[in-house]
Amino acid sequence: MNIRTESRGDVLIARVSGELDISTVPYFKKKILDKTESTGINNLVLNLEGVSFIDSSGLGAILGRYRYLKKKDGKVLLVSLKPQVRKIFTMAGMLKIMDSYKNEDEAMNGFNEGRIA
Amino acid sequence: MDNHAHITILSKNNNVGLARLSVATFASELDFTLNEIEEIKVAISEAVTNCIIHAYPFEEGLISIGLKIVENKLIIVIEDNGVGIEDIDAVLQPAYSTKDDHMGLGLAFIDSFMDEFTIDSNRDSGTVLTMAKVPEKHKNKKINNVIN
Repeated sequence: MNIRTESRGDVLIARVSGELDISTVPYFKKKILDKTESTGINNLVLNLEGVSFIDSSGLGAILGRYRYLKKKDGKVLLVSLKPQVRKIFTMAGMLKIMDSYKNEDEAMNGFNEGRIA
Repeated sequence: MDNHAHITILSKNNNVGLARLSVATFASELDFTLNEIEEIKVAISEAVTNCIIHAYPFEEGLISIGLKIVENKLIIVIEDNGVGIEDIDAVLQPAYSTKDDHMGLGLAFIDSFMDEFTIDSNRDSGTVLTMAKVPEKHKNKKINNVIN
């Protein structure tokens, strides 16, 4: 698993690649927590274009970041979900609480235009 | 052609990917689509993760994965010698979880992605999870043969 991050104003973009399961969840949680705490940014764009596999452990980790940032009035947006990854999010009902976008620019517009609930 | 294989892994987080990949490789002998192979990988990941988290919460143990292909059906038996499940009916409820960090969707995913799925468990002696799947193409072929 690899996570590259970039700050754009008050939004942290995390580009995740690899497989998100019980073996990589600890790294994912720590990396996102460290970055959001060190930057003080509470809005997160998770670009999952490079995620080839996710299971309920991975979903749980993302839901955990969502809940954590929501408590700080932040948002989490999802970007570039592969079909098999989108299916898992859909089955878990997570796309009802998190918006997903085709690319990072659309997600940034989502933040800027305040279209997200 | 029928086939069988067996792998045993330690209940380590890093072995979940190995289990997934091994089963996906074995399953690819049948006429599964890539989508169906992905579904099998999720089911394996959930089953093995359950063993790691729930069956062996205090120390590592062995997880046995038996694989069979019988008449175009993939049969997977995942067995542990862990603490067992106290209330099977409860764990079969979606979103049921004994752990705060977990969504309780593992078994729901297995149930959705596999054609057959059963759990047999005894307190303190372990759990046997059996699941099976037939390629959709083969199911359709059978239906067409019946119609014709």
